[in-house]
Amino acid sequence: MKRYGQHMIIWFVLAFLYLPILILAFYSFTGSTMIGSVRGFSMQNYVTLFTVPELRAMMFGTLSLAVAVAVLSVLLGTTGAIGAFYSRKGIRRTIEVFNEVPVVNADVVTGFSICIFMIVLLHMDKDTYIPLVIAQTALCTPFVYLSVMPRLKMMDNSLYEAALDLGCDPMLALKKVVLPQIRPGIVSGFMTAVTLSLDDYFIATYTKPATFDTISTYVVNATRGAQTSIKTALWALSAVMFVIVIAVVAGANIKAGKDEENIRV
Amino acid sequence: MKKSFLDRKQLAIPYFIYLVLFVVMPLLVVLYYGFTDGEGHLSCYNFTAFFTNGKTMGTLVYSLIIAVLVTVICLILAYPVAYILAKGQYARKHSFLMVFVLPMWINFTLRITALKEILTLLEGNLAYHPFMNTVICMVYDFLPFMIMPLFNALTKLDRSMIEAGHDLGATFWQVLIKVILPLSVPGIISGVTMVFLPAMTNYVVLDMVYNSTYIMGSLIGSYFNSYDWNNGSIISAILLMLIGFFTIFTDKVISNKEAAA
Repeated sequence: MKRYGQHMIIWFVLAFLYLPILILAFYSFTGSTMIGSVRGFSMQNYVTLFTVPELRAMMFGTLSLAVAVAVLSVLLGTTGAIGAFYSRKGIRRTIEVFNEVPVVNADVVTGFSICIFMIVLLHMDKDTYIPLVIAQTALCTPFVYLSVMPRLKMMDNSLYEAALDLGCDPMLALKKVVLPQIRPGIVSGFMTAVTLSLDDYFIATYTKPATFDTISTYVVNATRGAQTSIKTALWALSAVMFVIVIAVVAGANIKAGKDEENIRV
Repeated sequence: MKKSFLDRKQLAIPYFIYLVLFVVMPLLVVLYYGFTDGEGHLSCYNFTAFFTNGKTMGTLVYSLIIAVLVTVICLILAYPVAYILAKGQYARKHSFLMVFVLPMWINFTLRITALKEILTLLEGNLAYHPFMNTVICMVYDFLPFMIMPLFNALTKLDRSMIEAGHDLGATFWQVLIKVILPLSVPGIISGVTMVFLPAMTNYVVLDMVYNSTYIMGSLIGSYFNSYDWNNGSIISAILLMLIGFFTIFTDKVISNKEAAA
């Protein structure tokens, strides 16, 4: 393959991935209601996004839900991974197989099955938010488990043994010796859980309270017919989200680069 | 030595219970609902009805066509990108990979909205090409999920194998087909797993581009809206079986490859 062709492929795919988001971000700063017609600079979309109560409630709700789900997932997934790591092979294998189910399963099926179990069979009330939080946690925890487990395998086990030999309590050794070594796995598991929850449409639709909306369910309803001002305010939301994701990814990359340098020194 | 009240192994208990309650139980309940009728009698009626009804079979075929097309296009676009990045001619290849997978962290409905506006500008009216728009939007949505596993497989690839191929006089294409492709099969499989099933079930993409044809996921959605739990469950059960077959098949392929190597 010629070098020229390689650049072409790279740039073509990059353009495909980024142009729509960038063009929409550009138009979010104008007064136009559709792409292609420029009407001059305007911050109206951003004012709408952060002042209309419905939109504010939707964003705040989605974010609170994501944080709650991620915290729960990290607690369950980390303890689950540590426990499974030290368990007998059979038990660990069973946990690993169950853990794989939400990862490979279609989100529609995960959401629908939890809805059938909790709401249809057990008659739980959707308005308590409990089915929603439980269902999203069931989706996110396996990914936390999967990002913590490799760290446990990489860990130097003799450090933990040494701590015990020096008279350290097992639980304290876990906290002081094991946790610091698996922290990068926990952090990336937390981030994955947050993004999965922010991205989720299907599990939310099947388990959420009728009056509650996440970004995904809100956007989908808006495409079925919403005021133009709301539609274009969502362009602003996508620009905001794009900037936040870039900032977080860049920050994480710089941090990872620094950590690597520290290790080398 | 005093035995601690809490053993390390016992830390797995909460998650184990959670998995049994909220992962395994719901699936069993879905199987139960799928294979019983409204009164709770065991019946395969819904199951056989799915495979004998022209409409539902049409839906299955339509979702398979979309899924195959989306997966193949994702593979064709992602493979060269993953290969070029993995070869490492660009500095800091892992940061470069981040650029390609970054869109995956932006909410997918917002990303589809962006692409939809572009397509509307290009086509005038989205309703003219519902099938094509669906495929384009799905490729756009799932492409990062294909690039990532392919990149991981291709960076691990033993460079000396490729050099040996060239030294023995093979052309670029021969090396690609006889050496690189077979060695990257595990990456291809996990990429396909990440794309194929979502393409069969993610009916939100179809809703957003005004494609009113059903895929498997839309069936679950519409049965859910009409409180038809038994029929919704049988669709879920059929999808589960499909995933099961697929997992067994890919496990076999991978273990065969390992045995051969």
